[in-house]
Order: sequence, then C-alpha cells, then structure tokens
Amino acid sequence: MGEEVKLIGARGSPFNCRVEIALKLKGVEYEFIEEDLANKSPLLLKYNPVHKKIPVLLHNGKPIAESLVILEYVDQTWEGASILPQHPYERAMARFWAKFIDDKCMSALWNACWSKGKEQEKAIEEANELLKLLENELKDKKFFGGDNIGLVDIVADFIAYWVGAIQEVTGAEVLTKEKFPKLFEWAREFINCSIVKEKLPPRDHLTGFFRIKLEAPDTLKYNPQVR
Amino acid sequence: MASEEVKLIGFWASPYRFRVEWALILKGVEYEYIEEDIFNKSPRLLELNPVYKKIPIFIHNGKVVLESLVILEYIDEIWKNNPLLPQDPYERAMIRFWAKFADDKLVLSAYFAMCSLEDEKVKAEKITIAMEALERIEGELKGKSFFGGESIGYLDLALGWISYWLPVFDEVGSMKIIDPIKFPAIVSWMNRFANHKVIKNKLPPRDKMVIYFQERSKIISATLAKNK
Repeated sequence: MGEEVKLIGARGSPFNCRVEIALKLKGVEYEFIEEDLANKSPLLLKYNPVHKKIPVLLHNGKPIAESLVILEYVDQTWEGASILPQHPYERAMARFWAKFIDDKCMSALWNACWSKGKEQEKAIEEANELLKLLENELKDKKFFGGDNIGLVDIVADFIAYWVGAIQEVTGAEVLTKEKFPKLFEWAREFINCSIVKEKLPPRDHLTGFFRIKLEAPDTLKYNPQVR
Repeated sequence: MASEEVKLIGFWASPYRFRVEWALILKGVEYEYIEEDIFNKSPRLLELNPVYKKIPIFIHNGKVVLESLVILEYIDEIWKNNPLLPQDPYERAMIRFWAKFADDKLVLSAYFAMCSLEDEKVKAEKITIAMEALERIEGELKGKSFFGGESIGYLDLALGWISYWLPVFDEVGSMKIIDPIKFPAIVSWMNRFANHKVIKNKLPPRDKMVIYFQERSKIISATLAKNK
C-alpha cells in the first residue's frame, strides 16, 4: 500500500505496549524501533522535541506523541476492530476512565508497590480507593470495553500486567484476588487475549528489570521516560 | 430540541467551565447554567463527580460527562454544526496533543508562579517553565488567525484561558509571562479571541477575578510555606 508506519518505543514500557496492542488490533504492519531511554537518539529528539519520550508513532513521516493521542489516531485512521465505542456518551466515558488511569492510577499504583512502612500504608490506601472505582466501573463486564477489549482495557495494561510483576519482586499486595476479585479476573482475561499476549514483554524480563530497580532505590520515584 | 436537558454545573472563575460554555454558545445549544460553590461542595457535586469532586459537570438528558476536554469532544460529536475539531486524524492528534501539553505544563506553572509569594526562586523556576511552554504554543499558531484556522476551534477553547486568565495571573503575581516581544502571535491571537463576539459576552468580571486570585494566591502561598 506504500504506507510507512514506524513505532519508536521501548518494549518494557506499558505506554509503548498500549500502542503495539492497538496496531495489532487493527492489523497494521509497522517497523518497531527500540529506543535506549538512557541514551536518547537524535530520531526521538527530532520527532518528540517537546517531551523527548516514547512512544512516538510515525505515519508516513508524520510523528504523533502521547499514547492516548496515538490510540485515538490509530482508531480513526485504520479500519478493523474498534478501540473506542461508537456512541458519543460511551466514548466520553471511555476517555474519562482512560484519563483517570493515566492521571491518577499510574503514579499511585507505582508508589503503592514500591514504598515502604507508613508511607506504603498510606499509598496502598490511596491505591485501594482508585482500584475500587475501577472495580465498580467494570461491573459484570468481561472487559471495560464490553465483550472485547477497548480503550480503557488497553490503557489499563499497566494494572493488568506490570503491577503483578512489581508485586512479585517487592512483595507488595496492591491488586489481589481477595481485595478486587473482578479486577483480578479482568487482568487475567486481558493478558490472555491472544493479541495482548503477543505484545506483552516477557514476564521474566520485567521482573528482572524490577529486581535491579529494587537495588537502586533512588531510581524509584515515578518519573516515566515514557508517555 | 425543546425537550432536551442540557445543564452545565460550573464555577464563576474557572476557565475549565468557560471552555464548555463557549462551545455550547458557539453551537447555539440552549443550556441551563448552575453555579457551584467549590469551597462548600454540594451533595449534588459529590454525587455527580465522586471521582474528582470538581466542576465542570455536563449533563445531557440525564447523562453525566466530566473533564472539560472530554466534554468538548462529546459536545462536538452530539451537535454537529460549527464543528470544533478538524476531520483529519493527524490534525485531531495535534490539537489533542497541544491541549494536553498546555494543561499539563502551562496552567499549573503559571498558576503556582502567581502563588509563590514567599519563594522567589520557585517563582522564577515556574515562570521559566511557563514561558518555555508558551514559546512552543507560539510556534503552533503559525500565522493563523485562530488555532482552528479561520474560526475558533477546540484548541482555541482549550487555550482560551490564556487570553483572559493569564493576564490576571501576571497582574496578581507581578509577573510578565506574556511578553509581547517574545510572543507576538499569541498576543495578537489573545486580542482576537477575547474580542470574538461569543467570547467577549461570556467572561467573568475582571475586577472580581483579580480579587479572587489575590486571595487564592495568599492562601496557597501560606499552605505551601507550611508544607515545606
């Protein structure tokens, strides 16, 4: 088709994974360019000068940054399975929860998983409140998107997969079957989706990475080099 | 549709509320505005927005939509006249990117620069961040009348607070984030936007705003000093 689709990303990043899942859902072929976040390439600095973060989608040479912005772009540009719902109100709801996950949940869950002592107690309390809201939003649906995964499921990939990996390394109990049975089940269903499974980084890569982080506590502040 | 329920719950000094209101007026949508005292939150607010407990809250035929930028997209999808978002996917991506950028970088840095009454160093840092952000936005205007092109669009509404609130922040904070030499395109856009026939008739009173933000900056400054 003469179409050129490239993704500048980092395979361990949940933000990157969101875009890869979306492209896979739409059946889009793309070239993946792994970025070394400790040594940012001229390519990244050229295509995301504002934030200098991954993921960056390049479509026929035009760059798009910010994973939520990219997801909407992918949904609108390519046919195939819908990422956002059809009805305006449901679209607004999906956007609201996606933003909620990005603005509130990501840093709160990260802190709950990594902090210690009294600080962790407080962080887990905050995480509990946020996860409860998501558990309520899920209701009895298989996915946030209904029968199939949608925007919110994709944006919640960190919750479904990364949190479990961090918990394994730190021993934190943030998202457990006992506390959030529906969310726990949703996470299991999500990571077992064939499309998702193919795009998730291997579990042992993640745990290996997080074990290294455990040894270097000053790198633990939530400061994602990714969006 | 006469039987349609369209309500907007907002706060008189909030730029986020005005984004939504401007969009409704531009599209000729009839709506009811309900003022909320955000310092004395009503049970209604807590019921309609339990997650954030904030305004604006948009209600359309019983359905509640939250978050001003999400509301703008909803309004544009329901009322199709005078479209606010472009059709082209790449252009839509660009305006969403810049709206988020301004909300994440410019709003808070400008606001907290204004509120940094005690700490000159923090104030200077925030002013620098704000001006760097504004410089990026200046580049985005690229000789157009509005960010939306010939007419006001989503990004003009998202950035509209710059034309009216930011000068108040500058005044209250004794700052000059809006430098006409550095940002000629933005200053020119500010005049065009604030004088637009719809916008100029839907703005909060400036003198009240100055007093309000003076009080807010004193309170916030004291809180920040205490938390050090």
